[in-house]
Amino acid sequence: MTAVTDATTSPQDADVPEREFAVRLRGVSRSFGVGPRAVVALDGVDLAVRAGEFVCLLGASGCGKSTLLNLVAGLDEPTTGSVDVATGRPAVMFQEPGLMPWLSARRNVELPLRVAGLGRAERRAVAEELLDLVRLGGQGSRRPHQLSGGMRQRVALARALACTRTGATGLPLLLMDEPFGALDAITRDILQAELLRVWRATGTAVVFVTHDVREAVRLAERVVLLSSRPGRVVGEWRLRPGDGGGTAGPTGAAGAEVTEEITAALREVISSHGRH
Amino acid sequence: MAGTETGSRVEPDGLADVAAGLDALDTPVERGTPWWRAALTRVVPPVVAVLAVVAVWQALWAAAIWPEFKLPAPAAVGEHVGDLVRGGEIWSVLWVSVHRAILGFLTAVIIATPLGLLVARLPLLRNAVGPLVTGLQSLPSVAWVPAAILWFGLTPATIYAVVLLGSVPSIMNGLMSGVDQVPPLLTRVGRAVGAGPFTSARLVLLPAALPGYLAGCKQGWAFSWRSLMAAELIANSPQLGVGLGQTLDQARALNSMSGVIAAILLILLVGISIELLVFRPVERRVLRGRGLAGAL
Repeated sequence: MTAVTDATTSPQDADVPEREFAVRLRGVSRSFGVGPRAVVALDGVDLAVRAGEFVCLLGASGCGKSTLLNLVAGLDEPTTGSVDVATGRPAVMFQEPGLMPWLSARRNVELPLRVAGLGRAERRAVAEELLDLVRLGGQGSRRPHQLSGGMRQRVALARALACTRTGATGLPLLLMDEPFGALDAITRDILQAELLRVWRATGTAVVFVTHDVREAVRLAERVVLLSSRPGRVVGEWRLRPGDGGGTAGPTGAAGAEVTEEITAALREVISSHGRH
Repeated sequence: MAGTETGSRVEPDGLADVAAGLDALDTPVERGTPWWRAALTRVVPPVVAVLAVVAVWQALWAAAIWPEFKLPAPAAVGEHVGDLVRGGEIWSVLWVSVHRAILGFLTAVIIATPLGLLVARLPLLRNAVGPLVTGLQSLPSVAWVPAAILWFGLTPATIYAVVLLGSVPSIMNGLMSGVDQVPPLLTRVGRAVGAGPFTSARLVLLPAALPGYLAGCKQGWAFSWRSLMAAELIANSPQLGVGLGQTLDQARALNSMSGVIAAILLILLVGISIELLVFRPVERRVLRGRGLAGAL
């Protein structure tokens, strides 16, 4: 475990005030059940995501990634600790698109706006704009079953972004729970590029959960490694200066090196579970 | 599309093209069949089947195995229906029964929908009442007729009570299984976009449960119609007017087998017509809109 901590560069809260926090978790623990059979999913997690920052949460199964996202999304409450979200409504995207099969792509994107009570014309305008953003302009009238897997996931991205456009004040925040995990390699590659483009265009903060180190290195400004059962923050890597995506992440030899380093740390975390 | 160690990066301009190409390749292709062929495959087989049944009937009659008063000729039954149409009674008879069935069915829908939703969504209520609702479906609605007569006398209330007791449980059951089959992800998405319990029920749960709900309504209609016939057959009084059930009972009293068969055929015809003209198109539309039209 020490190897992991040593490998960590910790740029955490030192240079904070210039950028506001989109999310701040302080000493967050979450356990399920009571007594000896209780399962501790998260244990003392401190994590801060600044406005417009792209953070990847990396971990093997059982690291409480989904629990953490649920807490930030307001779908669950921490057992101890505090979760401060500077957003009216964080946008959430899951591994499956979860589109309503009876609604057209555009009406799916409109759903959060409809829930928020926006008028028809306004909803339509925002939905068209977001569909254009994910390159699905003109496809809005199609139903989910008439779209490919990658297109469906882009509709889901547009719908998630619509949550940040409901008129609620606050910093936009996008939570993604392994959103590309179920896609084929080519589509995943394209969607990763599309996500970076959309992130730069919208300036939203992103918390992206994945178990794929290469994906994390490609996308993130900062990678946070979580241990499993219970989930704790055991390592952090800053891959890019936090400038909203102006700088590309490490490529070539540097990229390979950091990927290797993170992979080694992840392996270390996983193998520590087999030892007892 | 030069590949590097950190995954192949695509240049911004090329990216749009690749994405568009992928979309074009991956989009499911819809194969349409011409409408006349679809109509042909859907209409011809049942028509042939009906003709075959009539042919067998005619052959059995011609063989004279049973006396005429037990098995009349198809033509004699046709004659009987023709008389009803010419005399004009058929319209009033159909109206009495059909408007009762529709009124009863619509009331059942209004009662069963909120009840079904409540039972489906509240675990405690579900455990308490769920098995009862399912069990009620296997109770033949004729069994309610004597009770209803004692409660309400020979009034239309008796008939509506029997219709409701027959159809409410099956509509509730359909809605409950429809709600059970809603993928949990959809309700999670509903919560994630900020919908409270009522908004979620309106915008996510009910539409998602619609196919099961429709199946329940279809069955509820069948139960309404059956229960109505049971009630009309047994509860016979001038106050209740003459519906199809009473017509059937009168034909029995007059020992008119062709009258009995004519009434049975009319009952069947109404049931099938409503199914084919109302429920089938609605169901097909709903399933097709969700890419589930394979079944129909």
